[in-house]
Amino acid sequence: MTALVTLRNVTKSYVRGKQKVEVLHGVDLSIETGEFLALMGPSGSGKTTLLNLVAGLDQPTSGEVLVAGDRIDQLSRGSLSDWRARHIGFIFQFYNLLPVLTAEANVEVPLLLTSLSKSERRRRVQLALELVGLADRARHKPNELSGGQQQRVAIARAIVSDPTLLVCDEPTGDLDRQNAEEIMNLLQALNRSQNKTIVMVTHDPKAAEYASRELHLDKGRLTNDARRAA
Amino acid sequence: MKMFRQIGAVTGMNFRSLPQRVSTSLVVVIGIAGVVAVLVSVLAMSTGLIQTMENTGREDRAIVMRNGSIAETSSALDRDSARLIVDGAGIKRDAQGEPILSAETMRILSLRKKEDDSEVNAILRGVGPKLQQLRPELKIVEGRMFQPAVTEIIVGKSAHAQFKGLNIGDVVTSRGANWTVVGIFETGGDAHESSLMTDAETLISIDKRGAFQSVTALLESPAAFQAFKDSLSSNPGLSVDVVREREYYQQQSKTLSTIISVIAYVVGGIMAVGAVFAALNTMYSAVSARLQEIATLRALGFGSTAMVMSVLAEALVLALIGGAIGALIAWLFFNGNTVSTSGGGMGQMVFELSVSPQLMILGIVWACIIGVLGGLFPAVRAARLPVAMALRAV
Ligand SMILES: Nc1ncnc2c1ncn2[C@@H]1O[C@H](COP(=O)(O)OP(=O)(O)O)[C@@H](O)[C@H]1O
Ligand SMILES: [Mg+2]
Repeated sequence: MTALVTLRNVTKSYVRGKQKVEVLHGVDLSIETGEFLALMGPSGSGKTTLLNLVAGLDQPTSGEVLVAGDRIDQLSRGSLSDWRARHIGFIFQFYNLLPVLTAEANVEVPLLLTSLSKSERRRRVQLALELVGLADRARHKPNELSGGQQQRVAIARAIVSDPTLLVCDEPTGDLDRQNAEEIMNLLQALNRSQNKTIVMVTHDPKAAEYASRELHLDKGRLTNDARRAA
Repeated sequence: MKMFRQIGAVTGMNFRSLPQRVSTSLVVVIGIAGVVAVLVSVLAMSTGLIQTMENTGREDRAIVMRNGSIAETSSALDRDSARLIVDGAGIKRDAQGEPILSAETMRILSLRKKEDDSEVNAILRGVGPKLQQLRPELKIVEGRMFQPAVTEIIVGKSAHAQFKGLNIGDVVTSRGANWTVVGIFETGGDAHESSLMTDAETLISIDKRGAFQSVTALLESPAAFQAFKDSLSSNPGLSVDVVREREYYQQQSKTLSTIISVIAYVVGGIMAVGAVFAALNTMYSAVSARLQEIATLRALGFGSTAMVMSVLAEALVLALIGGAIGALIAWLFFNGNTVSTSGGGMGQMVFELSVSPQLMILGIVWACIIGVLGGLFPAVRAARLPVAMALRAV
């Protein structure tokens, strides 16, 4: 198996006031294509920080971040946003849909960064919405959808451009148990049937059970790496 | 291509969320409309003045004043000088072979405006007997021409419209003389329409000022001007300045129109600074309201250029709407309005405001500049947003 994500001795510090606070201390990590990784840990342990580094949203203070063959710690801000458009599908805790756009227009947003024709974009949007089971809600605005439905639209948006890696930060954090299970089933299906590599941050052990691998982060250090049979 | 699609997409989203930001956006539109309306209407005054003055005077008429006089009002020519000027070269002659010219003198009359009863100074111009040959554009539109030696006057159309007591049959009293209005004239919308005219000899004999102030002569052609000028300058008995009539009036209006333009730009400029701050404030709050959206789009891979352009585009569209409204207000309410002003030795002068297409375009250009200045810093803020940080701030 080839490593899709490799982190070598990655540290990340924030400057708070005059103080420099290191929140990740020399993290080494390797994620293979096709894995569904759950990154667990208490609040404030640095999960989001780590995820942002993998997703090219932020740069490490030191260390190497290699994703999909690119040393993204060395990319400029401008090329990093192009890189994200090509490689990363995002799923956020609060869905982050654009409130003025319909479900289908929201799903289409990442495709506006490609050179696909309008009809091709429409076809892919339709497919993605069908995949998440929301084809009948295509014309609805986010505020006309439930939380679970909004998150499914967000998942459709994350997969519509067929990215290399899906990153999810607490994707069920804002949902009730039943909706959370639906979302986790959907993510698991994407991983299993479409071989999507997924990195998911969660502090919910129930959600983590759907993953193929569990990693724990504690005060900026990785502990307790566990793999589950698929 | 991809860049335009990005900008278009982000701008489209911004506009779709505009309805939620109507009131702050209206501030920008109204502010800019105000700036443009003021700028354009004040500049319309100087444009109107210039247009009126450009209509006044002809290339083939020359005006002769005492050497060193800036304006007719400060000039004086005695009868000997006036007689010598008659012999100048290049003056057109009438059927009887007499040179066509008019030795003129001016008095200030105190009149009242119809509009607000305020006192204004109007010009009463004493003219020679060949007035109508000299000024074929002068037409009596009501009543008749004045008779010499009997204190009759004719009044210009604009003067009649603006000032009290100038109907036919009315009597204007000044320095003990009673002038009876016998006719109303027009001169094709030039500066003379704001004045009154009578016989020069009558005017001089009444206040016993034995001098003319200027002589206006009709030349054989515009090209005859140089010969005319040279013949007078080389005459040792004369000490006069000779200018083309058209140039004279343009010169007279120059100072005033410059002052008006300066006022327009200063007042417009001060208001524009205010409008820039209003736009700045509005666009900052528009960006703040959308920080989450901007961060999301940036995460999905939209570039910072698209963010800058979309904020600028919104500011520009608001500015364009404001600019168009302002220019339209200026045009609807002020184009063709008459104003009267005194200055440049012209006495009270009446002219029309002229909101020309060029002025409206100028106003809209100002609006765009205000929009871009107001949108620039908020746009840069949108572009510089630290994405990871903004995504946390839910
Ligand atoms: N932009 C920032 N500036 C300063 N401190 C930050 C910033 N972002 C995160 N932190 C701090 O880094 C630590 C890890 O945060 P985070 O990665 O969000 O943890 P988690 O996602 O596990 O809850 C926390 O103590 C948090 O306060
Ligand atoms: Mg977190």
